[in-house]
Amino acid sequence: MWRVGTVVALHDETVTARTITLKVPDWPGHVAGQHVDVRLTAADGYFAVRSYSIASAPNSERRVELTVERLPNGEVSPYLTQELAVGDRLELRGPIGGWFVWRTEQTEPIQLIAGGSGIVPLMAMIRSRASTGSAAPFRLLYSVREPGAVFYGDDLQTLSDRDNKVSLTYAYTRATPKDWRRAPGRIDTALIADATWPSNLAPTCFVCGPTSFVEAATDLLIASGHGRDKIRTERFGPTGDRK
Amino acid sequence: MGIISRGFSGRRSAADAKLPPGQYLTTDFPVLSAGPTPHVSLDRWEFTIDDASNGEFPEVLKRWDWKSFRELPSETITVDIHCVTRWSKLGTSWEGVSLDVLLADVKTDLSYAMFRSYGDYTTNLPLKDVINKQAWIAFKFDGADLAPEHGGPARLLVPHLYFWKSAKWVTGLTLMSHDKPGFWEGLGYHIYGDPWLEQRYSGDE
Repeated sequence: MWRVGTVVALHDETVTARTITLKVPDWPGHVAGQHVDVRLTAADGYFAVRSYSIASAPNSERRVELTVERLPNGEVSPYLTQELAVGDRLELRGPIGGWFVWRTEQTEPIQLIAGGSGIVPLMAMIRSRASTGSAAPFRLLYSVREPGAVFYGDDLQTLSDRDNKVSLTYAYTRATPKDWRRAPGRIDTALIADATWPSNLAPTCFVCGPTSFVEAATDLLIASGHGRDKIRTERFGPTGDRK
Repeated sequence: MGIISRGFSGRRSAADAKLPPGQYLTTDFPVLSAGPTPHVSLDRWEFTIDDASNGEFPEVLKRWDWKSFRELPSETITVDIHCVTRWSKLGTSWEGVSLDVLLADVKTDLSYAMFRSYGDYTTNLPLKDVINKQAWIAFKFDGADLAPEHGGPARLLVPHLYFWKSAKWVTGLTLMSHDKPGFWEGLGYHIYGDPWLEQRYSGDE
């Protein structure tokens, strides 16, 4: 049940986050939004396992990309972002999860809302849409600390430039690019009204990020009329850990 | 043993001995939920026990509103909890009403229960796993009212199984003759979920 992948590429997304591309010969395929368990084993048999969202679209090359944010005092993420090298083998289990997923047969409007590294499973959805030629209209609202904390910036720009059914709005919480139209701050009612699908279009909403971000974003969506049953969430981190 | 990860030594602590396989210790209290947090007002809150063995419309056997529920005898419980996403938290302190109290006058031959929550979450449990001081409807954590994101006003606490079984925002249970999957159990997670046997996903022994 544990599969073995070989690291074929490493790419730094930010100063603290790295994308790991694995070639997994027996990969059964996945659905955008799913995650994997990654296992590290020490020489004496001690092991540690953590879950990471898949960033890549399903593909025929049995390639799986994970983006890992290095946590201060983490046990696994410092190894994956600093020690792991091309050619190393990594054990993984999955894909896992059947709820926080976007399937290519879905044609309704999709609202994606990411806080920080919560972009990872949503990126898999955007990439999956592009690679399958889906015409489902997507909007992404991506809240990050500062411009340097953005994951996949070039890829997101390319995907939204070439298809007017994919729109992209950044919201910066601490520092913005020069002459940015909105002062730094958390997402709020005005931004939701401005940058997301209105509730009368009944979009399916995927919200992923730190717990307090997800709580705030889902409360705003519900206050603007979205049905609770149209909102799917994935949270990480403890209560009150809003960064 | 798995493939050795070159240069990985890991972090071990004395507490590891108390952890089920594949778990790590956290001192935070992570939150995992599939959808928006329901905010349930206490004047609308209720807890019901019903019997679904007679067809489509369950028969309500027991019903409490918040006031009558809180008048039931409660107890303080200190337990270790284990989430399928691999964190464990030791010595957590709760206050709640034992399922033994809630089920005291319920005579049934049925062997399974589907716990139901506000927000439409469900989770299935054998009835034998929620009696005999194994499960509570908890309304306080660490001496304070249970926060909505952790399942308040009240959640199921069934600490000997993975924590997704401890349904947040619980509003009742339905007795059933046969086991059937709840929300996560129908989405790839194990039907029973014993952390000591590492029953995480469907297909695990």
